[in-house]
Amino acid sequence: MTLDEFVTAFAEEFDETPAEQFKADTVYKELDEWGSLTALSIVALTMENFGKKITGADLRACNTIEDLFNLIQTK
Amino acid sequence: MKVYIKAINYALPEGVLTNEQVAAMFPDWTVEKIEKKLGIKQRHVTAENETASDIAIKAAEQLFETSSIDKSEIDYLIFVTQSADYHLPTTACVIQKRMELSQNLTAIDVNLGCNGYIVGLSLAKAVILAGQAKNVLLLTGETYTKYMHEKDKSNRTIFGDGASATVVSTEGIAEIGEFVIGTDGEGAENLIVKTGGARHLQPANDLKFDDFGNPLSSDNLYMDGPAILNYSLESIPALFKDVLEKNRLSKDDIDLHVYHQANIFLANLERKTLRIPPEKYYVNIENTGNTVSSTIPIALCEAMKDGKLTKGMTVLSIAQGLGYTWGGVVLFF
Repeated sequence: MTLDEFVTAFAEEFDETPAEQFKADTVYKELDEWGSLTALSIVALTMENFGKKITGADLRACNTIEDLFNLIQTK
Repeated sequence: MKVYIKAINYALPEGVLTNEQVAAMFPDWTVEKIEKKLGIKQRHVTAENETASDIAIKAAEQLFETSSIDKSEIDYLIFVTQSADYHLPTTACVIQKRMELSQNLTAIDVNLGCNGYIVGLSLAKAVILAGQAKNVLLLTGETYTKYMHEKDKSNRTIFGDGASATVVSTEGIAEIGEFVIGTDGEGAENLIVKTGGARHLQPANDLKFDDFGNPLSSDNLYMDGPAILNYSLESIPALFKDVLEKNRLSKDDIDLHVYHQANIFLANLERKTLRIPPEKYYVNIENTGNTVSSTIPIALCEAMKDGKLTKGMTVLSIAQGLGYTWGGVVLFF
């Protein structure tokens, strides 16, 4: 999965935030819809598409979607 | 010798927490969003003076009233709970007296969470096969709501209180197949109430709030959602394969999948991971939420009532729970 595909998949986990608001440099934690359940969706998305585990601490440590994508690559 | 489930029943406390009430307490939730995301409309909540054993006894008494089973025949009592009445004595002993069961009976509590029903069934089957009992009463009862912080949005939305009663015997409605059960204590701290037991007897009074405003406290129920999700999704394919192999069955032999049901979100992820069509995957948590060790027996009861589970069907049941501990069994109805 490329960075662009990850951004698209990331956006699809949100119901209320418009897709065009999601870019590689979007600071996801500042989105109104970011919460414990959307965080879980991203954990599941990562497991499904990369077969890798990200933790709550990983989600807290990263700022942008690209940061998270890069972190997943190192796992 | 073959061992069977002879009868199953469940009971819920009368108190209810609706999505409307949850949304009123946590304004960033809406009624629609809770139902859509988690598949739960309401959960039952015990009153302050009502315990897991109270609801388990209700489930058992109803079972004896509505079936031909005589409760004097019960010679082994297992109560699966993490909400015991006391540190000691064993709650199952108290239940023996309250239900006026035979005194010629072994009574034990089993401290397990979401995998409690599977392990309880395996124990019941084992003691019958060993000739130690003929009719086992397996009770599950849980009241996690008593351990939650009042502002704990995640757990208060997901979990509900409930109980079940199952009689396991040498005849009945579903033959109990082979079990696969596993344990990894590495995950112990990911779903835990840290204080109140002998390790940390006194309250820690260390309440703080996470990034999402959820309370974190050693004195309340704590769940690391991402860790539990990763564990569940990562381990379920091997568990699924192992249970089928142990029962010498293939995926196509299974008519209905009745698993531990945490919420629709996780259930759908697991179903997709295992590539099970929705019509073969039974979920029924709309009116109960996650009742921990009672979700499988509640779902089995409801599936029989609504006609999705009928005689002749082969059912696979799998559960993954805190500890960590996991297990699976095939039931031949």
